[in-house]
Amino acid sequence: MQAWIDNFKSEFDTNFIQENRWQDLLKGLGNTLTITFFALLIGIVIGVIIAMVRSTYDKTQSNARPSLRRKLFGVANGLCKVYLTVLRGTPVVVQLLIFFFVIMASSRNGVLVASIAFGLNSGAYVAEIIRGGIMSIDNGQFEAGRSLGFNYLQTMQHIIIPQTVKNVLPSLMNEFIALLKETSVAGYVAVTDLTKAGNIIRGRTFSPFMPLIAVALVYLAMVMFFSWLEGILERRLRNSDH
Amino acid sequence: MTTDVLIRVEGLVKHFGGGIHALNGVDTEIHRGEVVVVIGPSGSGKSTFLRCLNLLEMPSAGRITFEGVDITDPRVNINLHRQKMGMVFQHFNLFPNMTVLKNMTIAPVTLRKKSKPAAEIMAKQLLERVGLSDRADAYPNQLSGGQKQRIAIVRALCMEPDVMLFDEPTSALDPEMVGEVLDVMKQLAREGMTMVVVTHEMGFAREVGDRVMFMDGGKIIEEGTPEKIFEHPENARLKEFLGKIL
Repeated sequence: MQAWIDNFKSEFDTNFIQENRWQDLLKGLGNTLTITFFALLIGIVIGVIIAMVRSTYDKTQSNARPSLRRKLFGVANGLCKVYLTVLRGTPVVVQLLIFFFVIMASSRNGVLVASIAFGLNSGAYVAEIIRGGIMSIDNGQFEAGRSLGFNYLQTMQHIIIPQTVKNVLPSLMNEFIALLKETSVAGYVAVTDLTKAGNIIRGRTFSPFMPLIAVALVYLAMVMFFSWLEGILERRLRNSDH
Repeated sequence: MTTDVLIRVEGLVKHFGGGIHALNGVDTEIHRGEVVVVIGPSGSGKSTFLRCLNLLEMPSAGRITFEGVDITDPRVNINLHRQKMGMVFQHFNLFPNMTVLKNMTIAPVTLRKKSKPAAEIMAKQLLERVGLSDRADAYPNQLSGGQKQRIAIVRALCMEPDVMLFDEPTSALDPEMVGEVLDVMKQLAREGMTMVVVTHEMGFAREVGDRVMFMDGGKIIEEGTPEKIFEHPENARLKEFLGKIL
């Protein structure tokens, strides 16, 4: 037993204390959170835009006069569909590599590129979550708004979106948690995120157990924290469910 | 009843995808202060007709003139005219995330730029008229069906419309709640509101209607005073319809 404890201590010392290796992990965690945060922002902006275009097109399909505006909407809707198909139909690692080595090859700022790549990818999923939320609101709500004289956007803003937000928040939190874990592949493009930092330590110390388990525990702690937040949020929403 | 035409409908046609012809050429006029009751078997196009009046359904052909303006003209801002056309739905369609008061005031405050206190005073007066003053702060899911529909009616009235469109307002209600909703509608009719009512309540049609319109196959088959329609029907299909429901 004493031998095991001594071994643990020296392993701990090698992997985290020597050469201030714990700071590498901390920096990696910082990068992971930075990428996740900006990817989340980009994802929500893109997701909301695509969801609005797609649901507006679907909702007005049966009742629109043929016009140039209508045709343009059709084109926009088609583009959104292509975007969703491509971004959801290819692995995120491949997208990340393409962004780093092809599309944004001139930028050596890995964190920036990763934020954009993960943001665009997440946007595709967020779009479908929000669209699902909008389409799940009873059409009667929409008709009631329009019959009172609200135009399309006002009906969305005052009547549909407030009801949608409540419905989609739990799914959005899920997407956020998935995104947080997904960023662990950022190491592919020379970003030292949490995972990569752990892996670098493993390579230096030739002792895989501690750094990798530590990385896993940090992810687990973050996911558990955000799941706990989501639980609170969901309960509060249910309580105010009128 | 004056002869001032509020809504003129000319050659109204509506077909949905799949070759379904809901309306096959409807012509009529609705006068200011008139209560028009539309009856007919299900699938006769009566709800579609009503929903075309405020363009919730876009007509495939024909013209609808409201207060002298052709609202089927694409250049017309329909939203402004809809403010003057209140609508009450079969399934109430109250906003579930808002209190009764908010349901009633959101449109006048947002669209009419009414001050919030002024809108609330008006809403409370209307609530009092329909006997629901104590429910101003309730949420729709705390109300009975009859209460919901009465709220839906006064929500539409908050926009001070020139005409009220009723799409089977009592069809989704338990029988014991039908009366309280019809009472509100009768009161409204007595006050001179122009109303177009799609309903299966023949008693209401007989008592309150100035004119009863019988629709079948997307057309107006017969129309006239309640007495003429119910006591001296001419058309065979109308007779058959009345035989089934009376």
